Amino acid sequence: MNPRSLLLNAYVYAVLAFILLPIFIILPMAFSETTYLTFPPQGVTLRWFEEFFGDSRWMAATWFSAKIAALTAITTAVVGTMATYALVRGARTMGTIFQAFLIGPIVVPHIALAVALYLFFQNTGLSGTVFGYVAAHSIIAMPFTVFTVAAALSSVDPALEDAAMSCGANRFNAFRLITLPIILPNVISGGLFAFIISFDEPVIAFFLAGIRDKTLPRMMFDDIEQNLTPIIPAIAVLLTVLSIVVLLAAALLKYLADRNSTAREET
Amino acid sequence: MKAGFFEANGRQMSRGAILLLMAPFFALVIFAFLYPLGSLLSLSVLEPSPTLTNYERVFDNPIYATVLYRTLRMALLVSLLSLALSLPVAILMANSRGPKAVFLTACVLLPFWSSVLVRTAAWSILLQRNGLVNEFLQGIGITSEPLRLLYTQGAVVIAMTHVLMPFMVLPIYGALRNIPFDYNRAAAICGAGPLRSFWEVTLPLAMPGILGGFILVFLTALGYFITPSLLGSPQEMMIATLISQQIRENLDWPFAAALVGVLTLLVTIITLVFSKVFRFERMLGARA
Repeated sequence: MNPRSLLLNAYVYAVLAFILLPIFIILPMAFSETTYLTFPPQGVTLRWFEEFFGDSRWMAATWFSAKIAALTAITTAVVGTMATYALVRGARTMGTIFQAFLIGPIVVPHIALAVALYLFFQNTGLSGTVFGYVAAHSIIAMPFTVFTVAAALSSVDPALEDAAMSCGANRFNAFRLITLPIILPNVISGGLFAFIISFDEPVIAFFLAGIRDKTLPRMMFDDIEQNLTPIIPAIAVLLTVLSIVVLLAAALLKYLADRNSTAREET
Repeated sequence: MKAGFFEANGRQMSRGAILLLMAPFFALVIFAFLYPLGSLLSLSVLEPSPTLTNYERVFDNPIYATVLYRTLRMALLVSLLSLALSLPVAILMANSRGPKAVFLTACVLLPFWSSVLVRTAAWSILLQRNGLVNEFLQGIGITSEPLRLLYTQGAVVIAMTHVLMPFMVLPIYGALRNIPFDYNRAAAICGAGPLRSFWEVTLPLAMPGILGGFILVFLTALGYFITPSLLGSPQEMMIATLISQQIRENLDWPFAAALVGVLTLLVTIITLVFSKVFRFERMLGARA
C-alpha cells in the first residue's frame, strides 16, 4: 500500500471510529448495575430491560408507537404504490406537481411541519390520536417508500403488462397478477423503511403528544432531558436490534427481487 | 437503470384512472402538509391584523437576529465538518470491493438507521462532567479540571455532525460510483498523476453529489430540533428551539409562525437555487 492510500485509510478508519464510538459506548451501559451512567459499565445485569418491560408507561408508549408505525407502513405502501404506478403509466404534468409535493414535506424542516400540525390538530381534536400521528408520519415517510417502489417499477418491462392486456386481462388484473408480484419486495421494503421512520420520529411526537398517549421517542426525550437513566441504553439495544433486523429483511428482499429479475431475463 | 425514475412507459392510462390513483396521495398532502402549513403561515401575516410586524420583530430585536445568525453559522459549521469527514470515506467506499466495501457501507448505514435520540443520549453521556471525553482530556494532561462540555455550542456541532454525516457520505459515494474508471485511466495515459487526475477529473464529476450532500446537511441542520434542545444551552438557542419556546412557554403563535416563515422561506429558496443538483432519488434511494 502506498503512503497516500495508507493515509486515506487511516483517516477513514478514524472517521469510522467517530461514527461508531458513541453507539458502542451506549450499548454496554444497558447491562450496568449502577443507576447512573458510567463507562466502563459495572457488573452485568438485565435489570434495566426488566424495568422497561415491567413498566406499564413504557410498554404503553411502545405499543402506541408500534401501532402508529405499522399503520404508517401500510398507508405509505398502498398510497405510495398507487401514485407511483399512475406516474409511470402516464401522468405527465402531474408528475412535476407530484414530485414537488413528495419532496416538500422533507425539505421543509420537521420543526415547521410539527408546529403547523400541532396548531391544526389542536383545533380539530386530532392531537394525540393514532389517526393524526399516522397522517403526519405518512407525509414524512412517503418519499422513502415512493423512491423504493419507483426503483422497481421503472425496471419492470411494460411489455409484460401489455401482453397480459392483449390476452384479455383488464388493467387492474394485469397490475395485480403481473406487475405487483414483481415489485412486491420493494413495496414491502418501502413499508419497512416507513415503519422505522415512524417508530423513531421524535420532533412531531414532541409537539403532538398529549399528557397521555405518548409515543416511545417522546418518552425517551423526556427521560434524556430529565435524568437519563440506564433505561435509555436498554432501549438503544432493543432499537439497534430492530434496525438490524429490518435492514437484513430489506437486504433479503432485494436479493430475492434481483434473483427474480435474473430468472426472468434467462427465460 | 434505463430512463428516468418517473419516466412514463408502457400502455398509458386514461386521465380519470390516473387521477383516481393519485387522489389519496394528494388528499394526504393537502390534509397533513399544505393546509396546516398554510394556516400557520397565514397567522404570521394576519395576526393581529394584516401586518408584517411579526417579521419585523424577528430581524429588529437583536436577541432574535442573533439566534438567526447563530443558526446559520452553526449549520454551516456542521456542513463543513461533515464534508471534511465524509469525502474521504466516500472515496474509499467507491474504491473498495468485496468485504471491505460491505464493511464500510455497514459502518455508514448502521448509525443512519439507529435512533437520533439514542445517538444524542450517547453524546450526552460522553460529554458529561465525569464522562469519557473529560477523562481522556485529563488523562493526556490537556486539562486538570473537568471541562464543561455539555450544553455548549461545541457539543451541539459535534453531535449534529455525527447525526447528519451519513446524509453527506451517500450522495458523494453515489456520484463517485457513477464515474467510469476509464476516465482516470485516460487521464493517467495523458500523463496526469493520481492527485491531478483526482483534482481535474474525479472532483468536478463528483461535484453534483458533493454539493447535493452539502446542501442537504445544511438544510437539515438549519431546522434541527432534537440535538440542540437536548445538548445546547438555553442561552445559545438555535431557531428550532426558539420556535418551540415561543409556542410552549410564551404561547406567542403569530411570532412563532413568523419564525417558521423565515425558516421555510430560507429553505425553499436554497432548494430552488440548487434544484439542479438535488437528485433526491439518489439520496433517498441510497438510504436503502
